[in-house]
Amino acid sequence: MKKNQIELEIRVPNQTRYLSLIGKISEELIAQVEGYVGDRETLANHLNVVLTEALVNAIRHANENNPEEVVQIRITISDNEILMQVFDHGRGFNLTRAALNPNDNRHSLDEHGRGLFIMQSLMDSVEYRPTKDGNVLEMRKRYR
Amino acid sequence: MNMKLEENGKVMVVVVKEERLDAHNAESLKQELGRLFNEGRSSVVVDLKEVRFIDSSGLGALVSGFKNASSRQAELKLSSLQSQVKSMFELTRLHRVFDIYQTVDEAIDAF
Repeated sequence: MKKNQIELEIRVPNQTRYLSLIGKISEELIAQVEGYVGDRETLANHLNVVLTEALVNAIRHANENNPEEVVQIRITISDNEILMQVFDHGRGFNLTRAALNPNDNRHSLDEHGRGLFIMQSLMDSVEYRPTKDGNVLEMRKRYR
Repeated sequence: MNMKLEENGKVMVVVVKEERLDAHNAESLKQELGRLFNEGRSSVVVDLKEVRFIDSSGLGALVSGFKNASSRQAELKLSSLQSQVKSMFELTRLHRVFDIYQTVDEAIDAF
C-alpha cells in the first residue's frame, strides 16, 4: 500500500437495507481526505449517491435480489484520486443500455435509468468489467 | 417507510419522515401515492423537509406519483427540498417537471 493511502473493504449481504450504512461510511471516510479544497459536504453527498447507485445495480441487476449473495465494496483514497469498486457475483448487466439521458424530453418521465447518468455525471469515469468470479463496477474521481 | 399524512382542506400532505429516500424505501412511497390517487385525491403535496439524501429510485417513485396524478387530472406538488436533494433534481432535470415550493404552506396555497 502506498504512503498515506486509505483502503477500506466492506462485505454486506445483498440487501438494500445496508445502503444507508455504506453511504454513511463513505461520507465519514471523505472527512479524512487531505488537501481537498472544494465543498467537502457536497463531495461527501455525491460519493454517497454514486455508491448507493452502484450498490443497487449490484444488488438488483447483477445479483438478481438474491439475499444469500454478498456484495463487496472497496474504497481506495490515494494522493489525488478516490476509487470506489463494487464487486458482484452475478451474470452482470449491460451498463450503457441502462442509461437515460435526462435532456431527452421523450424520457423525462421514465421511472428508471437515472442511476448511471448520476454516476457518470458526478464521477470522472465509470467502468463495468468482468472479474474471475463476477464483475466489478469502478468509479474514479480526482480530487486535486 | 415512515411517513405522516396530514389533511389540510382538500389537500393531502405526505410528510416523509426519513433522512434517506432511496432504493430501500422508495417503493412504499410510490405505493402510498398510488393509493391516494386511486382513492380519488386530486391534490397531494410531498413534503421532503426531513430528507437529506435522495437517489434515482427515490426520484423514480416521485416521477411515478407525478404520472399517476397527471393521468387522473390530479396534481402532485413537492415542498421543502434540502440543498443536496434539490441538486439531484437539478442534475436529472426533474426540477423542470415538478412544481417545487419552498414551504408546505406555499405548495398548499398553489392549488
